[in-house]
Amino acid sequence: MSFVERFSSLCLRTRALFRREQVGQEIDDELRDHLEEQIAQNVAAGMPAEEARSQALRALGGITQIREQCVEAKRFNAAEDFVEDLRYGLRQLRRNPGFSALALLCLVLGIGANAAVFSWLEGVLFRPYPAVAHQERLVALAGTSRGESGATEIAWPDLLAVRESCTQCEAVFVSKITSSTLNIGARAEVTVGSIVSANYFDAIGVRPALGRGFEPSEETGSNAHPVVVISDQLWRRRFHGDPNIIGKVQRLNNVPHIIIGVAPAGFYGTFVGWAMQFWVPASMEETFESGGYKLEDRGARWVEAYARLKPGVTRAQAQEEVSAIAARLEREYPATNRGRGMRLWPLWATPFNNAGTLLPTLEIMIVVVAFVLLIACANVANLLLVRSFGRRQEMTVRLALGASRVRLLKQLLTETLILAALGTGGGLLVAWLCRHALVLLLPARSGVSMYLPGAIDWRVMMLNAGICLAVTLMVGMVPALQTRELQLADALRSEASAVVGARGRAWMRSGMIVFQVALSFILLVGAALLMESLEKIRTTSPGFSTTSVVQTGVSLVAAGYDVPRARDFQDELMDRVRAMPGVESAAYARLSPLGYGSYSSTPIAVDGYDVPLEDQPTVEYNQVGPDYFATLGIGLLTGREFTRNDNENAPLVAIVNRTMAVGFWRGQDPIGRRVKIKGGWARVVGVAADSKYESMREDPKPFFYVPLRQDFARGPVLYVRTSGPVRGIAEALVSQVHALDANVALYELLTLQEQVNRSTSPQLVAVTLVSLLGGLAVILAAVGLYGVISYSVAQSKRELGLRMALGADGPRLLRMVIGRGLRLTGGGILLGAAAGFALTRMLGKLLFNVSPHDPVAFGSALAAMTMIAIAACLLPAWRATRINPTQVLRS
Amino acid sequence: MSKPSELVQGTLDMLLLKILALEPLNGWAISLRLKQISGEVLGVSVGSLYPALHKLEQRGWIRAEWGSSGNNRRAKYYSLTRMGRKQLEKEAAAWSRLSDAITAIVNLREA
Repeated sequence: MSFVERFSSLCLRTRALFRREQVGQEIDDELRDHLEEQIAQNVAAGMPAEEARSQALRALGGITQIREQCVEAKRFNAAEDFVEDLRYGLRQLRRNPGFSALALLCLVLGIGANAAVFSWLEGVLFRPYPAVAHQERLVALAGTSRGESGATEIAWPDLLAVRESCTQCEAVFVSKITSSTLNIGARAEVTVGSIVSANYFDAIGVRPALGRGFEPSEETGSNAHPVVVISDQLWRRRFHGDPNIIGKVQRLNNVPHIIIGVAPAGFYGTFVGWAMQFWVPASMEETFESGGYKLEDRGARWVEAYARLKPGVTRAQAQEEVSAIAARLEREYPATNRGRGMRLWPLWATPFNNAGTLLPTLEIMIVVVAFVLLIACANVANLLLVRSFGRRQEMTVRLALGASRVRLLKQLLTETLILAALGTGGGLLVAWLCRHALVLLLPARSGVSMYLPGAIDWRVMMLNAGICLAVTLMVGMVPALQTRELQLADALRSEASAVVGARGRAWMRSGMIVFQVALSFILLVGAALLMESLEKIRTTSPGFSTTSVVQTGVSLVAAGYDVPRARDFQDELMDRVRAMPGVESAAYARLSPLGYGSYSSTPIAVDGYDVPLEDQPTVEYNQVGPDYFATLGIGLLTGREFTRNDNENAPLVAIVNRTMAVGFWRGQDPIGRRVKIKGGWARVVGVAADSKYESMREDPKPFFYVPLRQDFARGPVLYVRTSGPVRGIAEALVSQVHALDANVALYELLTLQEQVNRSTSPQLVAVTLVSLLGGLAVILAAVGLYGVISYSVAQSKRELGLRMALGADGPRLLRMVIGRGLRLTGGGILLGAAAGFALTRMLGKLLFNVSPHDPVAFGSALAAMTMIAIAACLLPAWRATRINPTQVLRS
Repeated sequence: MSKPSELVQGTLDMLLLKILALEPLNGWAISLRLKQISGEVLGVSVGSLYPALHKLEQRGWIRAEWGSSGNNRRAKYYSLTRMGRKQLEKEAAAWSRLSDAITAIVNLREA
C-alpha cells in the first residue's frame, strides 16, 4: 500500500470515527441515488409513478438496516481495538500483582534515574535561571587572554562597547557575583548578591514584584547610586514580608542603600548554584569590589556578563561580531587590550559559575543512567518472557480462533506500553522528589543558599515520553517475537512442545543476563575508579598542612575601610589573634589556596634575561603577610619569610617556589637575584616548596609570593594555626573582631581540610552518584540473574531429580546450579571488561592519578560482581537440592 | 427460470473488485453490471451490495469519489486502488485453484 493510500484510508477511518453524522448522510445520499435510478427505470418500463417508487423501495430492502451495516463496516477498528487492549492489559497486570510490581519497580528505578538526570541537566545547565526569559538564546560572555585557555573577566568600558555595537545581540548585561555584609540590627552577616548593569531586569524579562528595577543613569558614577533590589527570600526572612519596604534603607557593606525593589518569588538571579540575595547597580562597584573605581579603567577586568542573541542568530555568527569588536578595541587601546579577546560560551559551559564544575559529572551521568535503564529493561523483558511462556496457551487459542499475528503483537505491545507509561509516570515522580538532591551532594557554605534545582518542563517530559516508547519497543518486542515461533499444531498438542520452545527462550534470557552483567560490571569499574581517585585526591598532600589550621577573613572593603585604616585594623587584629591562647601563629594572604578567587598574574623577567613584554612568561602570585609559610606549614627551602618590615616603604621583595627557582635560574641559588614584577624590580629573599594553588589536580607550576603590604588588599584571608581544638577558636575570633569594630563581619571559618574537600566536591558528587547508580545497576542485574537461575531450576526439575536418583548429592547439585550462574556472569564480565577498557577513558578529567585501566579497579569490580552473582544463585541452588526425586519423576 | 443460487461465501468481494477493475462505477451501475454479467444466476440483493462496497473501501481496496449522475444528483463513484488490484489477483488465483479442484471432483464422480 502506498503511503498516500494508507494515509487516505486512515483519514477515512478517522473521519468515520468522529463524524458519524456526516457519514450517515453520505450513505443516505448514495442510497437515494440508487433509489431514484431504480424508480426512473421502473417508470421507463411503464409503471405508474406510485408503484414505481414502492417497487424500488421493496427491491432495496430496509434502508435503515443497510445504513447500519455500512456504518458498521466503517468502524474505526484500530482505536477500538486499542481501548480493548488497554482494558485487557490492565486486567492482566492486576491479575499478576507480583509480576506487575517487580516490573514496575525496575522501570520506575530505570526511568526515574534518567528523568532525574535529565531534569538536572535541564535545570542546571540548559535552563538554569528560573523566571528568566528566552534562556535558549542566552550565552555567557567572558574575556580571553592570548596564550591562555581559560576565561578572564571583562573591563567595564569594553563591555559597554559590546553592548553598544553588537547588532546580533538583543541584550548584553552584566551579572557579577559579590558578597556583602548585611547589617541588620546589631548583627552583621555575610550574604551573596550581584553587581549588575542597569538594563539587567529588562534584559532578563523579570519585573520586580514590588517597586522598580534600575534606571539607565544608575550604572554611572562613583558610588553615585546606592540603591538595591532585594530577593524575595531576603524580603521574607529579614523583613518579614514588609509591604512598605520600598524606600527603606539597608546597610550593605556599611553603606546605606535605598531598597527600590523586591524581586519576584521564584527568581534566584543568574549564577548557577547559588541563590542571589540582592542586586546593586554597577555604579556601586567600589563598595563591593576591591581595587577602587573601575568603571572607566580598561585595565581593570572584573565583569562577568551574558548576552541574549537575536532570534535566528547562531552563537558562531555573534562570536564573529564580538571578535571584530574585540579586535577593534585591541587596535584602539593597545596598552590595555593587547592580546585580549572576548568569547561567547554556551550557557551550559559558563566559565564563571558552578555549571563548569558540574558539567563533566553530569555528562558521565547520561551514560550511567542509560546503562541502568538498559539493565532495568532487560529485567522487565525477562519477566515478560517468563509470563509469555505461561500465556502460550492463550495466544495459541486466539491464533486458532482467527486472530491475526499483527493483532496479537499489538496487544502485547499495548500491555508493555501500559507498564512503560506507568513506569514513566513513576520515574517523573522520582525525578520530582530528587529535584533538589544535587544540593545535598555539594558541601554547604555559610552565607550562601545553594540552589541547584532539577527542572521538569515540557522538554524533559518529551524526552521521557520518548524513553517510554523506546522501552515499550525494546521490551515488548522480546515476547512479541516469541509469538512468531508459535506453531498452532505444536502448541495445541500440549506441553511436549514447551521444552523445544523453551530452548530458544533460554538462549535469549541468558543473552540478556550476560548483557546486564556486562553493563553493571562497567559501572562497578567506573565507581571503583572514581573512588580510588577521590581517595588519592583526598590523601595527596596539597603541600600545606590541612589539620590544625583554620581560615576565615574580614572584609574591610565591605565594612567601608579605606587603605590606611584597613592597614591599622589588620595590624591590630593580628596582634590580638597572636595573643589568643592556643594560637601558634597567624598570617594574612590575599587569596586562599584552592579557593574561588583567581590569583593575580604578571609577565616576568629576571636579571640577565630581559625580553620584550610580549614574550615574557606570565606567572601567578599571591600577596601574603609575615609568618605565612610557618602558619600554613609550607616549607621554606632557603632564605627567609616576609616580615613586618617588608612594608610599603621597604624595597620590593619576593619569595618564589621551587619550580620557578629551577625554571628561571636553572639550579643556581636565586636568593638575592632580581625579578621584574609588574614593571618593578623585586629581590628574591626565599624559595618555598611547591604546593597546590588552584586545584588538587594541577601539576607543579611556577608561582611566587609578594608581601601583602607591598600589594595591598583590604579583604584578605586570615589563617590561624592552633594547638587546641579548631572549633573553639571561632567564637574567640569573632569577639576579637567585634571588639575592634562591631560592623565588621567575619567570613565563614573552616579548616584547610574543609577547603580541600570543597575544592574536590565535583569528584565527591561524581563518586556518590556513580556509586549509587552502580549499586542500583548491580542489584537489578542480581535480580535478573536470580530470576533466570530460579526459572531454569524450576524448568529442569525433572533432569535434576533424575540426577539425584542416579546418585548426585546436594553439594554436587549446588555446584552445578551456581556454576551455571557463574558461567553467565563470567561471560558478562568478559564482555564488560572489554567494553569498559574502552569506555572508562570517558571519565577523563574526573580521574586523579588513576589510570582508566587501573587493575585494582577492574579486580575489585570482578570480585564484587562474582560475589553478588554467587549470592544471587544461592537460593535457587539450595532449592535444587530440595527437589524430591520420586515426586518429580512420577509426575 | 431457476432460483438464484446462494452467492458462494466470499465471492461477492471478488466480483465487485473485478467489475470495478473494468471501469469506475456508482452503486446503481454496479448493481446493474452484477446482474448483467452474471445473468440472473447470482442474485445479489442491494442490501448486501452497499455494506460490501463500504467494507472494501474501508480496507483500502477501492476508493470512492463524489460525482454527479445524469440527473443532477450526487452519486458516489468507486474505483479500484493499487492494493485492490493486488487483492483481486490473489482472490482470482485462489478462486481458480478452488474451482479447478471442485470441477475435478465433480467430473470424478460422474466418471
